[in-house]
Amino acid sequence: MQRIGVFVCHCGTNIAATVDVKKVVELVRFEPGVVHAEDYPYMCSEVGQQKIAEAIKEKQLTGVVVCSCSPRMHEATFRNCAEKAGLNPYMVEVANIREHCSWIHKDMEEATKKAVILARAAIAKVNLNTPLQAGESPVVKRALVIGGGIAGIQTAIDIAEAGYKVDIVEKTPSIGGRMSQLDKTFPTLDCSSCILTPKMVEVSTHPNITIHTYSEVDKVSGFVGNFTVDIKKKARSVDLDKCTGCGVCQQKCPMKKVPNEFNRELNTRSAIYTPFAQAVPNVPVIDREHCLMFKTGKCGVCSKVCQAGAVDYEQQDEIITEKYGAIVVATGFDIIKLDKYDEYAYSQSPDVITSLELERIMNAAGPTNGHLERMSDHKPPKNMVFIQCVGSRCADHRGKSYCSKICCMYTAKHAMLIRDKYPDVNVTVFYIDVRTPGKNFDEFYRRAVEQYHVNYIKGQVGKVAPQPDGSLLVQGVDLIDNKQIVMNADMVVLAAAIEPNPDIRKIATMLTASIDTNNFLTEAHAKLRPVESPTAGIFLSGVTQGPKDIPETVSQAGAAAVKVIGLLAKDKLKTNPCTAKCDVMMCNGCSTCANVCPYGAITYEDQEVRGPGVREVRRVAQVNVALCQGCGACTGACPSGAMDLQGFSNRQLISEVDAICR
Amino acid sequence: MKYSYYPGCTLKNKAQDLDLYARRAAVALGFELVEIPEWQCCGGVYPLGTDEIASKLSSVRALNYAKEQGQDLITLCSACHHVLKRVNDDMKNVADISDRANNYMQLDAPYKGETTVVHFLEVLRDRIGFDELKKKVVNPLTGKKIGAYYGCLALRPGKVLEFDDPENPQIMEDFIRALGAEPVIYPYRNECCGAYTALEDKNIPAKRTKMIFDSADGFGADMLITACPLCMYNLNKSEADSKVPVYYFTELLAEALGVKEGVEQ
Repeated sequence: MQRIGVFVCHCGTNIAATVDVKKVVELVRFEPGVVHAEDYPYMCSEVGQQKIAEAIKEKQLTGVVVCSCSPRMHEATFRNCAEKAGLNPYMVEVANIREHCSWIHKDMEEATKKAVILARAAIAKVNLNTPLQAGESPVVKRALVIGGGIAGIQTAIDIAEAGYKVDIVEKTPSIGGRMSQLDKTFPTLDCSSCILTPKMVEVSTHPNITIHTYSEVDKVSGFVGNFTVDIKKKARSVDLDKCTGCGVCQQKCPMKKVPNEFNRELNTRSAIYTPFAQAVPNVPVIDREHCLMFKTGKCGVCSKVCQAGAVDYEQQDEIITEKYGAIVVATGFDIIKLDKYDEYAYSQSPDVITSLELERIMNAAGPTNGHLERMSDHKPPKNMVFIQCVGSRCADHRGKSYCSKICCMYTAKHAMLIRDKYPDVNVTVFYIDVRTPGKNFDEFYRRAVEQYHVNYIKGQVGKVAPQPDGSLLVQGVDLIDNKQIVMNADMVVLAAAIEPNPDIRKIATMLTASIDTNNFLTEAHAKLRPVESPTAGIFLSGVTQGPKDIPETVSQAGAAAVKVIGLLAKDKLKTNPCTAKCDVMMCNGCSTCANVCPYGAITYEDQEVRGPGVREVRRVAQVNVALCQGCGACTGACPSGAMDLQGFSNRQLISEVDAICR
Repeated sequence: MKYSYYPGCTLKNKAQDLDLYARRAAVALGFELVEIPEWQCCGGVYPLGTDEIASKLSSVRALNYAKEQGQDLITLCSACHHVLKRVNDDMKNVADISDRANNYMQLDAPYKGETTVVHFLEVLRDRIGFDELKKKVVNPLTGKKIGAYYGCLALRPGKVLEFDDPENPQIMEDFIRALGAEPVIYPYRNECCGAYTALEDKNIPAKRTKMIFDSADGFGADMLITACPLCMYNLNKSEADSKVPVYYFTELLAEALGVKEGVEQ
């Protein structure tokens, strides 16, 4: 029989205001196995933990139940406390009477009843708990960063500076990401390339960093400290070592009609190309979909003009396999498609553009060499209208529920830059709210209004109507004046919502990292563990976790690096002992468990089985505890009941259910 | 294929062309419009009062009749299409309205929104297919530049009507292409014509229709087509200089199919 102590936490008033904690103590005192029960305002505090430790020693407790917040919050705290007091940490269970009870109920009587039931279930489980021993696994001292934008670059540099090896996998032909497409950056208006390019060079020359561009993560297995990753290096068709980056091939390529993704398809590029002049590596790729050589077999101009003999039409995709201790996801964002917002006539008029397109137009290396002009007739605009929140803060199914966070600031930036460079251009901004929290942000916005006389109108636009003469009629509403507005514009700029890179779903599945309804990666804790995924060993950097601007992205990238460094600095990690175990007496080798195992942790072997009246060689399941994550899929699937999860055995779970139904 | 056909009041007087040419086109396209016996007016406007069921009952009767026949319910008029689809959605998804309507109706079996309501254009698009329609065209309207005028009722609310994207509809443009003509895209094709405000203040539809005609004409439309008798009324009353002829889409359909002078069912 266990000797169980029950500790009921008030959590200040978080629990005690809704649950009668004294009553819980009184009622659980007589549960089977309970020899001690008490309550305290803050069990997680030093004094609270002291109470648990003292009770373990004085009452010779063999099991502990803490009725408190979610185990995700403090299970580790209480298990450490018990371990220090000489109890096996896996003899401690948490009954979640805060998130699962006090926070979601109002009626005290009902909530107290439920808290008692939750406590009873945990007590019933502890009665069947057995001490478990955590194993150890080594840590591979190398990190993988997925995505080579500013987030990935910063994380990689910070990890590498601490002395660990880092690999960056970038899908496109060059690192640099969204930031490389931007013209100027708020709130200081320094040129984006000028501050990014040095970092790109640093990352590409750092002895601890290896960059795989034009590559994708293909397969991930393993676990924290010990991931095995297959990286698919797409055929570049140009030898990275031989190419000198002279650019002649791009000039001579006869296929120049390929939409230029880097310039948001505002102009075209050649089939052999580097996305932009400062690309790292400065080695082109052949876009096989558009290359005449690949389409018709007749061309070969680039190969002929290449002095270095770097062009290789025969190159094949290559898969390399590497081992990593930690993986950082920094896959960034794109803007939403605007096909559901055609009231703004984006598909109808080339003069209705997105803000990212405007960045390219304003950029000296962009399609118009930095001249502000309409894409329809290449004439300079006279009246520009900016529309905020296109698809952001959207209540219906068309857009995103969240605020994209960066649009207010970059629109103020665009408006200010235009008014500065082209004082004759009238600039109007339609907004719902102007949101400028951030250092020097509101001052920046006020400069746009006060110094540059940008016309800010609180209200939304209902329609942008292209007129037969090529101008655009903007119909909107001014909520402060309470009147309808109709104005002529010759260019309209849409601040389209941002969304996570669409590849994130595939990547999150490979990493078993959870994502939210908007496809942002979920943090382990929204406030206290913002750069870690709930999946151990997976870290988040940049917009992949939620909308953020460059300063915030860089901060978060550094934070993710610190977490990675903390992990890589350890030589060994404690493994979770709550793994599956096969009872060979009951296993009939049917393979059901192996088929459902997401981690490939189950193999089969022929084993001699000895038991009462049984002595034979049988094919039975074997669990590799280093791979098993304790998800329990196999225990549910096993038709003969041979698979059991240690710490969550079938008997324990059923006794919990029994206790709840009692 | 047989459809329970709900013509609606206007198609029996002011908008007889919309009805007549649809019947002739249906013969040519090989589907049958079986007019619902004793159908009643849909009310013309979807009643927005949430506690009001009386004005929805005529729609429920028509919908239930189609259900009993095991047929889909087809309609032509934008307003009928709008009201029938919305009432059908209520019967399917709004328990309060559905319960009260059924309590009142005392049908053999309660009506729960089982009938599928389709607009004539949806039949052309989704069941016959514009490619098939194109094959059946004998008098292609080659060279004609036609602006589709959707109005507001045919498209909104988009989630309930599921007719087309309210902000960038394509169905009528594809229809125009199928007939061999060239669609003219102009921004006011999905804007309201002024609708019933004509009863109160004639200036409103006058302003709206001028804007519509100016834009359509400016983008080079020779004519407009519509599916809505109310739009037709307001557009016809317009005194805009830029006025172009307006036809029901079924008239052009019958013409292209060579059955303008044909026989209807």
